[in-house]
Amino acid sequence: MGPNLLSNYFETASMILFGIGFTTLFLQPNLIKKVIGLNIMDSAVYLFLAAKGYIDGRLAPIVVNGVTDMEAYINPIPSGLVLTGIVVSVSVTAVSLSLIQKLYKEYHTLDMDEILTKANKEAER
Amino acid sequence: MPFLANFPFFCIFIMMASGVTSSMLSGKNAFRLNVIALSACLAMSLSLLFYMIGQPQRITYMMGHFPAPWGNEIRFGPVEALIASVFSFVMLTSLVAGKGDIFSDIASRNVNLFYVMINLLMASLYALVYTNDLFTAYVFVEINTLSACAVVMAKENGQTISATIRYLIMSLLGSGMFLLSIILIYDLTGHLLMVNIRESMARLWADGRYRLPITIIVGLMSVGMAMKSALFPFHTWLSPAHGSATTASSSVLSGLVLKGYIILLIKVYYRVLGLEIVADLKVLNVLFVCGLLGMIIGSLDAIGEDHIKRMIAYSSVAQMGYIYVGISLGTSAGFLAAIFHIIVHAMTKPMLFSAAGGMADASGHKYHFDELKGAAYRNPIAGVAFIIGSLSMIGIPFFAGFGAKFYLSLAAMTNPGKMWFVLFALAVSTVLNAVYYIRAIGMIYSKKDVDVTRHKNPLSYNIGMGVFIVANVMLGLFYQNIVDIIQTGLKFL
Amino acid sequence: MSRIKDALKKFADGDFIITTKRKKNPRRRPSTHHEATLKERYVVWHEEKARSFFKGMYISASVFVCLTLIGILLITVSFLPPFGNPSNPVNNEVSERYIEKGLEETGAVNIVSGMILDYRAFDTFGESHVLFTAATGVMLLMRKKKKGKEETDKFSPRRDPIVKNVAKYIIPFLLVFGIYIVLNGHISPGGGFSGGAIMGASLILYSSAYGYRKINKIITEKFVKRVTFVSLLFYACAKGYSFFTGANHLPSGIPLGEPGAILSSGLILPLNICVGLIVTCTMYSFYSLFTKGEI
Repeated sequence: MGPNLLSNYFETASMILFGIGFTTLFLQPNLIKKVIGLNIMDSAVYLFLAAKGYIDGRLAPIVVNGVTDMEAYINPIPSGLVLTGIVVSVSVTAVSLSLIQKLYKEYHTLDMDEILTKANKEAER
Repeated sequence: MPFLANFPFFCIFIMMASGVTSSMLSGKNAFRLNVIALSACLAMSLSLLFYMIGQPQRITYMMGHFPAPWGNEIRFGPVEALIASVFSFVMLTSLVAGKGDIFSDIASRNVNLFYVMINLLMASLYALVYTNDLFTAYVFVEINTLSACAVVMAKENGQTISATIRYLIMSLLGSGMFLLSIILIYDLTGHLLMVNIRESMARLWADGRYRLPITIIVGLMSVGMAMKSALFPFHTWLSPAHGSATTASSSVLSGLVLKGYIILLIKVYYRVLGLEIVADLKVLNVLFVCGLLGMIIGSLDAIGEDHIKRMIAYSSVAQMGYIYVGISLGTSAGFLAAIFHIIVHAMTKPMLFSAAGGMADASGHKYHFDELKGAAYRNPIAGVAFIIGSLSMIGIPFFAGFGAKFYLSLAAMTNPGKMWFVLFALAVSTVLNAVYYIRAIGMIYSKKDVDVTRHKNPLSYNIGMGVFIVANVMLGLFYQNIVDIIQTGLKFL
Repeated sequence: MSRIKDALKKFADGDFIITTKRKKNPRRRPSTHHEATLKERYVVWHEEKARSFFKGMYISASVFVCLTLIGILLITVSFLPPFGNPSNPVNNEVSERYIEKGLEETGAVNIVSGMILDYRAFDTFGESHVLFTAATGVMLLMRKKKKGKEETDKFSPRRDPIVKNVAKYIIPFLLVFGIYIVLNGHISPGGGFSGGAIMGASLILYSSAYGYRKINKIITEKFVKRVTFVSLLFYACAKGYSFFTGANHLPSGIPLGEPGAILSSGLILPLNICVGLIVTCTMYSFYSLFTKGEI
């Protein structure tokens, strides 16, 4: 164990959230809850990144009064990465929801196991 | 900098722009545009490859006006050029061969959207091969995931859609882990560029205190990539997805999409960590065991399967096992074997899938073996291609698959601790491969009370299969040259 | 214990036929003494108990996976550099140049905008294509087979007077606010993605307040496709030009303007507009494909 578990409380929280989201996406049989798990997982990563950019007592990275000093602003890179990540997760969520809607129309259930059983039966025919 | 150095950037942009343009075209025109764009990219990749063979070197290419740690950049040497050429060739040929199936399986109003996805898929593969920045890799991994899923679900029946959702969920788990490991690396080292990470990583590793977190991070990344490329315990999604998609999609998915992630993983090991750290990593042992199990269990699953496409898909699981075993030896001979195996498998598996698709077409779109009896007489070119592909996969001398297995066993000699396991698994897996491929050949060539009237193939199918057969035979005869390119290229990877 | 021993003994004697007593559930199985082979018993078990058994497996496996993963990740976190410390490795020469030279080199007051649209533009270029991929994927799945106007109208929102009146006053403000955010992306917080999301939301509100027929007069599938196509192609051309000149060490010849003015910072403003249009169209087409199966 390293020394910084408690001082990194944001990161600790985000990792717990990541674990919850990952497990929900992995093992929850209900498809909608799987998507919720996906979003929890992604948000945890953004929380982590946002925490990484923060530096005590500094401003958001928008130049004020022409001051361009390293000491004045927080790190802009994680903010940019979060922006990219959010767009990616919106896209992925949209695609998975549309797949789920289509599956629901086909099999009238949201339970992954039932869907697989029905699809396998169809494949046997 | 020679003008040729612009070509990788051109390839990425041409494929993206033609993807965007395809959304406005009709299905037929989208196909034409796709063929033109892919041929242009193939020509550019090949000329870059020949240039690189003449003067092996490593070129970094700035994406924008700012040099590397500030801007994005792509970097390439002989290996990247070789892999890009193989990918463009396979993509072009399998799309031409599968054209008939694409137009009959997919609703006509959606054909152009299918080609949009194919173009974006190819662009993301190029980007994964060439990129030198981990976050760029993440963005293109996501494009790759979404477009690969779309390529599967384009057939729009219950089976493909339920297969797609399994595929999508596994891929998303994988990319989540990949993203997490990237930002952990960023936090520890302060960089996203592969070269800079390597410097800080070497410092942290030498420090000694950070070995545990680095091992965990690399483990997360490896597990993420393994999920996306169907390594053994995560392989369950592969067979339904590849078995139910349209022929061209199955070829592209098994030949290229799985490989894109592995190339990225190899780059991470080779370029970001370096062989010294990789040799000490415990994570590789896990990959090694999974690879060995995959080699055997994939083949066993294939034996139990009576659906021809799903059988070929399970064979891919076994082949992924070979590649991961090569990587996890942790020596440069191991990486050589893995990269060569990637190329061989990328050339052979799409041919097998196209052959299976052609034989199924000749048997009234049936895929089970009892319905495929005598299919090789109805579709002779597909039968020949299936035999060549099977012999190569089994590893008969004078075929490319033999070279792949040969180099894997040579690589095993460099790691005495793992040598006997590899050789034993190779032997078992080869026998198992022979069992199901020879059974399949026997089925499609059985003459007993079956209809043997010739099926008329579309012209595009014959062209595609002819090119595939010639390319595979050539690869089997001249694989030594390819290995030489990889050997020089590994110095510049 | 003794029952298990008996069963084992029977099994060892080769007695595979097991007599089952089903007193608990007499309604389903009228014959209380039923001679079942092992396979039949398995089938019965599979039908009756397997689902709950696997549910239990799921729950215990989930708890196990979750706790293991969290444990592993927390070990890693404990090694990470401390929170909010200016001397962390992430605050290195990369972010230093973005902050100190960003204004001068990109002309953008908003350093994050300058970073994602100029320094690391390739990532952002890929990101807009992720959106495009998703929009195409959703269209591939959700578009209806036949265009049925009557059926679509049946599900069209009722013209609720409250929603309609509120929307009448809100939508203009929303649109203007969205446009403002897009246009000021390089000099204040905001940019193409956030502004585009707001404009998309206003279109969605319009559609649900006034019904599908009214919005289809303005925004058709062709229109959405064309706007996306033109924006993405312009984006590709502009960035292609700047990548090509940058890599070949040619001057780009695009003036950066005076920092802080609307017309400044070179390509960032037109790119923000393109991204804004793409996001607007994508958000609206997600909504309309999900609700009515066509744009």
